[in-house]
Amino acid sequence: MDTKPRLLTILDIITGVLFAIAVGMVFFYAPLEATMGEVQRVFYFHVSSAWVGSLGFAVALVAGILYLVKGDRKWDVVEVAAVEISLVFFFITIASGYIWSALAWHMTVWQAMEPRLATAAIVELVYAAYMLLRQGIEDPDRRARFGAIYVILGFVTVPLTFLSIRLLRSIHPVLFGPGSPNAQGDMAMTSEMYTTFFFSLFVFSVLFVDLLWHRIRLGRLASQVEQLRLKVTH
Amino acid sequence: MHFLQQATPETTQYMIAGYAVIFGVLALYLVSLIVRSRNLKRDMEVLQELEAAEAASDSKKQAG
Repeated sequence: MDTKPRLLTILDIITGVLFAIAVGMVFFYAPLEATMGEVQRVFYFHVSSAWVGSLGFAVALVAGILYLVKGDRKWDVVEVAAVEISLVFFFITIASGYIWSALAWHMTVWQAMEPRLATAAIVELVYAAYMLLRQGIEDPDRRARFGAIYVILGFVTVPLTFLSIRLLRSIHPVLFGPGSPNAQGDMAMTSEMYTTFFFSLFVFSVLFVDLLWHRIRLGRLASQVEQLRLKVTH
Repeated sequence: MHFLQQATPETTQYMIAGYAVIFGVLALYLVSLIVRSRNLKRDMEVLQELEAAEAASDSKKQAG
């Protein structure tokens, strides 16, 4: 078993400190939003979670392609790690967004039939199915090949969540670029809010790298245990 | 026309609920990583002991 790299320990500490600063900025630096009140503070980590979720699925896509090209199972380990982390963060995005929307839009999003929520739920289910289906394949090479093809095809669903509020009628705010002409509401932010927002994005990116490294090490250990189990039991 | 301005709504409970979800899920995931890592290390130790015992048994058979 390989020992934990010193660089990873340093990254853990840096991630923890940055995360604490981000939390402090969200609660004490970013001003109170006038129309929504305190619940608006959920926005900073809500969007950051969505960013990490999408980033992770993109990393899984690249890892899947690299596995198919090179045949090296280390890319399969990276792929699974990225998908698992993204599932967690996408769940956080959906749950926190639902809580915020229940107040901000004065209805459940199920009632609003909101495109962003629908497409995000599709992404979550597609990749949750990936994790379940993998477990049913015993042969590691077949499992890796299936996984690689699945994440490549599954990634089609990810940009849909980004585009959904731009192409379809939606009450979800558009943060970047032009929105649909049917979009309602806006997200006017002060400079302190922008600073907090972009810092949160940065911190969550660092958090993703940290978690990915840990999860890859866990995946490698699981592979070693699986190989040793096959050796000992045969 | 001050009386026509809307007061900022009191939504602290929703913020607490939102962050409870965010921190709660993150904490659960971290715990899951730690528990899985611990279990795998334990499995590895057991399998390495079994492998060593098998190797010792094989070499005894060959010597005998």
